[in-house]
Amino acid sequence: MPVAILKKRRLIPGQTSELTLDASHIARKARPGNFVILRVSEKGERIPLTIADTDPQAGTITIVYLVVGKSTAELETLEEGDSILDVCGPLGKPTHIEPCGTVVCVGGGTGIAAMHHIAKGHKAAGNRVITVIGSRCEDLLLFKEELSMFADEVVVTTNDGSCGMQGFVTDGLRMVLDREPSVGEVVAIGPVPMMEAVANLTRPYNVKTTVSLNSIMIDGIGMCGACRVVVGGEVKFACVDGPEFDGHQVDFARMRQRLAAFKPQEELSWAEFRRLRGQEA
Amino acid sequence: MSANAPTEKKKGKAVPRTAMPEQPASVRVTNFNEVTLGYTPEMALTEAKRCIQCKKPLCVKGCPVEINIPGFIKKIVEGDLHESYRVLRETNSLPAVCGRVCPQETQCEGSCILGKKGEPVAIGRLERFVADTFMASDACEQLTGTHACSLEHEGLKVACIGAGPSSLTVAGYLSSLGIKVHVYEALHELGGVLIYGIPEFRLPKEIVRKEIEAMKAQGVEFHTNWVGGKTITVQDLLDQGFNAVFIGVGAGLPKFLRVPGENLIGVFSANEYLTRVNLGRAYNFPAVDTPAYTGKNVAVFGAGNVAMDAARTAKRLGAERVMIVYRRSEKEMPARLEELHHAKEEGIELMCLNAPVELVGDEKGWLKSLTVQKMMLGEPDESGRCSPIACDGQFCDIPCDMAIIAVGTGSNPLMTNSTPGLELNKWGYITVNEDTGETSIPNVFAGGDIVTGAATVISAMGAGRRAAKEIARRLLG
Repeated sequence: MPVAILKKRRLIPGQTSELTLDASHIARKARPGNFVILRVSEKGERIPLTIADTDPQAGTITIVYLVVGKSTAELETLEEGDSILDVCGPLGKPTHIEPCGTVVCVGGGTGIAAMHHIAKGHKAAGNRVITVIGSRCEDLLLFKEELSMFADEVVVTTNDGSCGMQGFVTDGLRMVLDREPSVGEVVAIGPVPMMEAVANLTRPYNVKTTVSLNSIMIDGIGMCGACRVVVGGEVKFACVDGPEFDGHQVDFARMRQRLAAFKPQEELSWAEFRRLRGQEA
Repeated sequence: MSANAPTEKKKGKAVPRTAMPEQPASVRVTNFNEVTLGYTPEMALTEAKRCIQCKKPLCVKGCPVEINIPGFIKKIVEGDLHESYRVLRETNSLPAVCGRVCPQETQCEGSCILGKKGEPVAIGRLERFVADTFMASDACEQLTGTHACSLEHEGLKVACIGAGPSSLTVAGYLSSLGIKVHVYEALHELGGVLIYGIPEFRLPKEIVRKEIEAMKAQGVEFHTNWVGGKTITVQDLLDQGFNAVFIGVGAGLPKFLRVPGENLIGVFSANEYLTRVNLGRAYNFPAVDTPAYTGKNVAVFGAGNVAMDAARTAKRLGAERVMIVYRRSEKEMPARLEELHHAKEEGIELMCLNAPVELVGDEKGWLKSLTVQKMMLGEPDESGRCSPIACDGQFCDIPCDMAIIAVGTGSNPLMTNSTPGLELNKWGYITVNEDTGETSIPNVFAGGDIVTGAATVISAMGAGRRAAKEIARRLLG
């Protein structure tokens, strides 16, 4: 059954939007940390996207994406009232949330949206939540207001210093860790190099660090192993064993390599899409 | 008709089994069209006449869903294909599929009396012929003789989790009795392994779709993108008032080799590779969005039907060299003889008595070669097959830029973990009462690969039929 888009909010024009989807069966079950696999149209591929928020009463879920290739570009062409052909979920293990004092939730780029749902879960469990968010510049910063509504503190970093602290999220995180000896857990979601940098930073502080891995997925239900990652020397399937893992145990080098497996095909597919859209326009 | 029996008997021994036309190997490796082309009406009639109409047919005993084989063949001889199809559909919801993918040589045809001294009747090919002829026709009409398919038993409803062969059998059987069936499937297409696993050139997807359309016409409701254990649990279904639940989620968790280099780029589980190509139609990329990977030198590990499917798929996607790397010898290969024969015709190399010891990559993590070790055969093990023994120091490096691992699957815990009180065996498969298919939870049934481990389409259908009969007995008395 196609899933209707009830609301579209353009967060960064042409790059990132937030879609509110009519999916009560998923909203009922989804917990922070879960994701969906969706297929935009008949010839589409299956892609994973984190559930950024849910409203079980209204029967909706929210997804946020960054246009990085053909499928997300096609998603961006959809408007309110349009439908996504297939949305499957909730998938993955929910975030392990327990009272542990202070939690620092770090989000980079579109990862801030995924982090937002998890931070909310930690707050609901009674934890003190500090969020650290970062982007290249102020215009690309997501969810600053949304996070301020419940987080105990929002630390903002931009690479060019146009908003908050100048630097990377790791600079913001270092400041928090140096100041707060009682941090029970760090959660990091964003591009792989960012998660790796966070894990490297927290290691000497000896703080539990959870990362949400975004490997290539097909089915999302443990059938194929496309999403396999090496954690603590063992092969794990991110879709069913994760997507969250101990950041200090993840083999990020292998993870980065495997994400490049279909680069030439991805570029070809996107170029073809732009060519056809160009002809239409 | 029975007056003809003695002459038919003589003819049966004299007339050779009718061959089935197929695409020549040189042509078919360039496309994904079906390899075997099916009987013409004349061929079907000739072959049907070979059946000697045994009074106590052994073939029926050999069929896991107990098709009335002499019955449907007799109707072919009489020229009543309509009635022949009705006889098939009485016990088999997917005749066009089974006629193609069943290992008939070990089932119905393996039991055929003609096979004792000559060649058995080509039951599978005849089943396929009749089903293909009536594919597009209305299922209700075939079953009930009327076009209407009204629900006879208001208020009775059964849920199936998974839409593979076992669940489809349950759905087909119960809906034909007027019981409402809802099927919940995790993927976006229905059919399970028939859709994501078995390639188009062995089982055209159009056939599966039509069989499922026939079930929809019969009143079965399908829900795609509902993941058993995630979107919906067994408890949810019982709470919603379903009278019984059937779990048919298969055994989809791929096994890996556990050798160094398995996570290099270019190394795939057969499930991933086949899902990309079959479900994602990656052979049409970039007209479709799912990409597949095209290797030049492809190694496939394992020698079952899945390995054959993966190897033949890689060949069709343009691989120059495709090798089946297997620890034992050709004689021990578990694949169907027909598939092995087709693979060899298509130029797939068999590299027997070789075990992978390492997959070697370049500095960017892409697979570039494979190290294998020579093996020799020792004493038969508990499976009755000779166990392979490594030959000391005999290693060999082979250039290889793509590897597909087809060494079997295990139990996927997604469903079983979410069902408290569900009894499992030590391998994680669901324990059931062998006569009824009922699990440790009352009115919750299970069948197919999630009970037996990876087996055949038809054995999953047999399990579905057993459970469906028990469900019907309880609900209808």
